[in-house]
Amino acid sequence: MSREPQDVSYAFGEALIELGKKNPRVIVVESDLADSCRSHLFRTQFPERSVEVGVAEATAIEVGAGLAFSGKIPYVNTFAVFAAARTFDQIRQTVAYGQANVKICGAGGGLTLGYAGASHHSIEDMALMRALPNMTVVAPSDAVETRQMVHAIAEIDGPVYMRLSRAKKPPIYDGGYRVEIGKAVVLREGSDVTLFAISDMVFEALEAAETLATKGISAEVINVHTLKPLDIEGIVRSARKTGAVVTIEDHSIIGGLGGAIAECLGEHAPTPMRRIGLRDTFCESDSTMVLREAYGMAPSHVVEAAEEVMRVRGAVRGAVRGA
Amino acid sequence: MAKLDEETMAKLKHMAYRARWHTVDTARDHLKMHFGAVFSITEILTTLYFTWMRYDPKNPDWEERDRFVLSKGHAAPALYAVLAEAGFFDVSELRTFRSLHSILQGHPCRVKTPGVEVSSGSLGTGIGAGVGMAIAGKLDHASWRVYVLLSDAECNEGSTWEAIQVASNHHLGNLVVLLDRNQMSAGGPMTSRNDIEPLADKWRAFNWAVQEADGHDIRSILDGLEWSETIIDRPAVIICHTRKGYGLPIIETRNEHNFMLNTEQYHQALRELAEIEKEVTVHVA
Repeated sequence: MSREPQDVSYAFGEALIELGKKNPRVIVVESDLADSCRSHLFRTQFPERSVEVGVAEATAIEVGAGLAFSGKIPYVNTFAVFAAARTFDQIRQTVAYGQANVKICGAGGGLTLGYAGASHHSIEDMALMRALPNMTVVAPSDAVETRQMVHAIAEIDGPVYMRLSRAKKPPIYDGGYRVEIGKAVVLREGSDVTLFAISDMVFEALEAAETLATKGISAEVINVHTLKPLDIEGIVRSARKTGAVVTIEDHSIIGGLGGAIAECLGEHAPTPMRRIGLRDTFCESDSTMVLREAYGMAPSHVVEAAEEVMRVRGAVRGAVRGA
Repeated sequence: MAKLDEETMAKLKHMAYRARWHTVDTARDHLKMHFGAVFSITEILTTLYFTWMRYDPKNPDWEERDRFVLSKGHAAPALYAVLAEAGFFDVSELRTFRSLHSILQGHPCRVKTPGVEVSSGSLGTGIGAGVGMAIAGKLDHASWRVYVLLSDAECNEGSTWEAIQVASNHHLGNLVVLLDRNQMSAGGPMTSRNDIEPLADKWRAFNWAVQEADGHDIRSILDGLEWSETIIDRPAVIICHTRKGYGLPIIETRNEHNFMLNTEQYHQALRELAEIEKEVTVHVA
């Protein structure tokens, strides 16, 4: 298959059309960013099922809820930073508490709208959404998984937040892949350290694993495409196997993947870990890759974190043996 | 003026009395209650539920039903009383209001209470969901209509005006807002905090059809509802002029938002209800 970089946002837009053909209940709600979210593709095909509310994200969510209460399956689109933060009250009150069958699609997640600056970086969207009862939170990695996820979340009768990346990366999966919500995917088996990654940071994890391999370190790479419900079993199994964990996300290290896995392992299998992500700071304007490099989120930082956490594990084991 | 036979009018007045009685009976002398907000919408709700809207209490999800959204969720006890009297659930549930495992939460919850369409309570959210429902109805060319009961204080919320603007831009002739204009928010008169006048002009400026009504006069409310059916190309708002706590002097004179009656006040409320009961005649066939 082609290793050409693919923009996952187009995969999202095309998948919406496929879904729209399959299911007449699917409605797409826009808040003036259809082109940027690539959902304009759906509008071209199904103009009557594309509902535009203008620059009114809070109302887009409420309209989505009202549509859902009337038997529709609305996909509400805007940038991730607005989808989760500006609309939080509406999502909490009407969608999550009301168990509305709304699919909230946050485009340009993390630092993938890099040049726009901190106003447009969604560094806390997954933390916000994960905190809400009844909410499923997913963040697909590549174009294939994104396409799959658009269909998979339609099968859930309840609220979903889907964080989408804007990164252009080569595909991870081939066409035969089938995503299973709530089930993390082991992309590379290893025995020395586990790299848990989400969204397009799975690429960074795979690249880091390659580098680690050249140093004789066997890294297990797991794509946690579903942040909630978390695959506790899969995460604990790998953490117990390697005894050293690194989480990798384009998000704040607070409350997202790093937070979720720290909570999970703290309760079920305390394991030395390091978190790659924004360290409680707003970012600034530049390309996504420049920002990730500057803010400690590049594959080289994952490699360093993996080596460090393995040293900690060694010290812990040494201390236990010494005792 | 809306034509209403004597029997129906008597029934509606009796239901308004029953709704107030249930509210007092639910609170008695030990529960805090948004009495004022509840009593200002009692006639609006009884008119909607007992002579206007189409619904099936035994099949709350009936597709052809009219939809009602209580955007001012803190007046939930008024809705619960009316839903119970309409047969969505047993009136004995009313005394479980706000207690553990009750189907009647402090603010409306659509997954717990039969007949509640939207979970509300955070002001300025319910109307947006109502707009979404009306868009769905329009997409399906459905004959059902959406009624949203909004408080005047909710017009202080920016999200309310977002939804209002979206509604008129989508030409939602199947959406009617009943605006409870009791002129008070939680902290006191709206004129002394964030005034919303000229209210009717604002709605007109947002391309809504506007009518005003006396929110405690059933005929006036019905006039508004009948008028709303004639508006087909845009949403309609009926600004219902009301009084917070209307109906029982012991409540209205308290001039408070959320409060508890002491035992003596509770007994006084019952005496005042007994006086109303004497006036409302019911001719049940």
